[in-house]
Amino acid sequence: MLESLQLIISLLDSTIRIATPLIFCAMAGIFSERSGIIDIGLEGKMLLSAFVAATATFLTGSPILGLFAAILASCSASLIHGFACITNKGDQVISGLAINILASGLTITLGIALFSRGGQTPPLGSEQRFMPIEFPFLDQISFIPVFGDLFAEVISGHNVLVYVSILAVFFTYYVIFKTRFGLRLRAVGEKPEAVDTAGISVIKMRYQSILIAGMLCGLAGAYLSIAHGAGFGREMSAGKGYIALAAMIFGKWNPIPTLFACLLFGFLEALGVRLEGVELLWIGEVPVQIMQALPYVLTVVLLAGFIGKARAPGAIGVPYSKEG
Amino acid sequence: MSDSNIIPKWLSVGVIPLFNLFLAFCVSGLFIFLIGENPFKAISVMIKGSFYYPGAIGYTLYYTTNFIFTGLAVALAFHARLFNIGGEGQAYLGGLGVGLMCLIFDQYIAGFLVTILAILGSVIFGAVWGIIPGYLQAKRGSHIVITTIMFNFIAAALMVYLLVNVIIEPGQMSPETRDFATGVGLVQIHMLAKYLGLNVAMSPLNLSFGIALIVSIGFWFLVWRTKFGYEVRSLGHSETSAVYSGIKVSSTIIIVMAISGGLAGLVAVNELLGVHNKLLLGFTAGYGFTGIAVALMGRNHPFGIFLASLLFGALYQGGTELDFEFSSITREMVLLIQGLIILFSGALAYMLNPLVEKIYLKYYGNFNNA
Repeated sequence: MLESLQLIISLLDSTIRIATPLIFCAMAGIFSERSGIIDIGLEGKMLLSAFVAATATFLTGSPILGLFAAILASCSASLIHGFACITNKGDQVISGLAINILASGLTITLGIALFSRGGQTPPLGSEQRFMPIEFPFLDQISFIPVFGDLFAEVISGHNVLVYVSILAVFFTYYVIFKTRFGLRLRAVGEKPEAVDTAGISVIKMRYQSILIAGMLCGLAGAYLSIAHGAGFGREMSAGKGYIALAAMIFGKWNPIPTLFACLLFGFLEALGVRLEGVELLWIGEVPVQIMQALPYVLTVVLLAGFIGKARAPGAIGVPYSKEG
Repeated sequence: MSDSNIIPKWLSVGVIPLFNLFLAFCVSGLFIFLIGENPFKAISVMIKGSFYYPGAIGYTLYYTTNFIFTGLAVALAFHARLFNIGGEGQAYLGGLGVGLMCLIFDQYIAGFLVTILAILGSVIFGAVWGIIPGYLQAKRGSHIVITTIMFNFIAAALMVYLLVNVIIEPGQMSPETRDFATGVGLVQIHMLAKYLGLNVAMSPLNLSFGIALIVSIGFWFLVWRTKFGYEVRSLGHSETSAVYSGIKVSSTIIIVMAISGGLAGLVAVNELLGVHNKLLLGFTAGYGFTGIAVALMGRNHPFGIFLASLLFGALYQGGTELDFEFSSITREMVLLIQGLIILFSGALAYMLNPLVEKIYLKYYGNFNNA
């Protein structure tokens, strides 16, 4: 009993660690796609900002500066995306893909040129990272049977960006559904002509949305390299941006369901790692690849309308021009 | 967005794409300069590496072969206004087709028959991996971009599972199958030349290059000279008018994705039957994604795709040379260049149109309006 409780707690703990970058990126995706801009480039923005975060932190010694540099880098990538597909009305998928490949090549090339370590950045010491925060009163409540452990392992003891990611979900929810800006943002993604007729600039709204998306991706990248990890490794985003995209679709472009989709996908990965080499009763050994493929399979099944229906924003992927 | 109807075709199809490419190379050169190396030296190293050294052209054409297949795969889907990002996964599955055919039959029947079966296998398995997203788009309305991305990851997980657990050579550590039997596979050009008494430097270039050229001509014929090709293009032009002219949209989408997947699957023929002689992990190495850049640059026409493939073949082969000549730039530089080409030739393809239109009208406008 105690052992299985420990197991569940450690599973939940790693679920949260794995889900954090997914949450940031999925919220970024919501901002971008709700305004009508497809964001395949989540992956590249996260990779680029992870590299910039680690590099800036190594050079300045301050993770705060690293974080800001990461956000700046990610926002620049967003601006390229915007310049291509808002200003020049280029294809959003192609532009996102270009950002991903660009980020892949740029991080390795610059990494090798700067540090000559095969694309990695030098390892960062603990004072150069966002370290786990221990909540107060841990000792006082540790006597409570289940909750004490749960609090100590799952809720407390993460780095600050983990908590920021949860705040980001509520921020996203609040901005998109409870503010005038959010109402306009959703309208721009559904019926841009209507917004334009009301005298609001579609172009400006879309640029603002993708800049917010850029900031959130920057946080995701910083989490990878200067909070969760201690330095940048080549291709360290490892498809997380695409899983976040899947989670966003799975959550039907809504922040709260998307949060749960991220947690589900994080849990699947944590479970996959935990089950590696374990013989289960009745089933036998579950291959870790099944767990890895499951988020994608689930998303395909959802998109195909077999479990509910995921409907994308109406004007997604369509560049806006006043002439129609 | 489409081509401008103000400026003549030779400008919009010939000059502007070349200028976009030029911009991509300028920005790449800027990065090389910022790193502290000489961009012109890098270019000369890459050109030498891809054309000058013995065997270099063979290597360049060997990469070109892969890009022709994936470029055509993406281009056919583009003609129906479908964005097939799944070339990578379809090529990977094509490898499974090749591998299974060889492993099952190579002990029993003659090598050249196995090779033919393996080529068919690559096309069929690749096609299946294209048909499923095609079906989901046509019948269930799932966005093909998202499903093909997901299918890339599912393919990767599936192949890792199969190669690590099922079809790995017993007693082997690295996830590869056993070698295919001798006599299976496509002959390499330098062996063929030797047989004919010519001396050609060794390279992995093999008969797949010929297949790629034949397939390119077939592609042109299919798209511009058949009823099906007409249906595909009218679907790509306007789905509504395609419906009204009696074209069965769903089945056209599914067939296009089947052919597209089959074309991508042929990468496995070049890689596995032509070079590696076994199925191994990660042999697709991003060729599927490069196919998107190739199709964009080649404007979805087989001749353009051939030229773009040649350029990317030279970039890949020349890129490996960077590793030897420079301490601070490596072959990953090619990824950067590739990203910039996709950006300038794809996403920003029409950036220059307004400017060119303005200049054109200023000098020639009077004649046209008269």
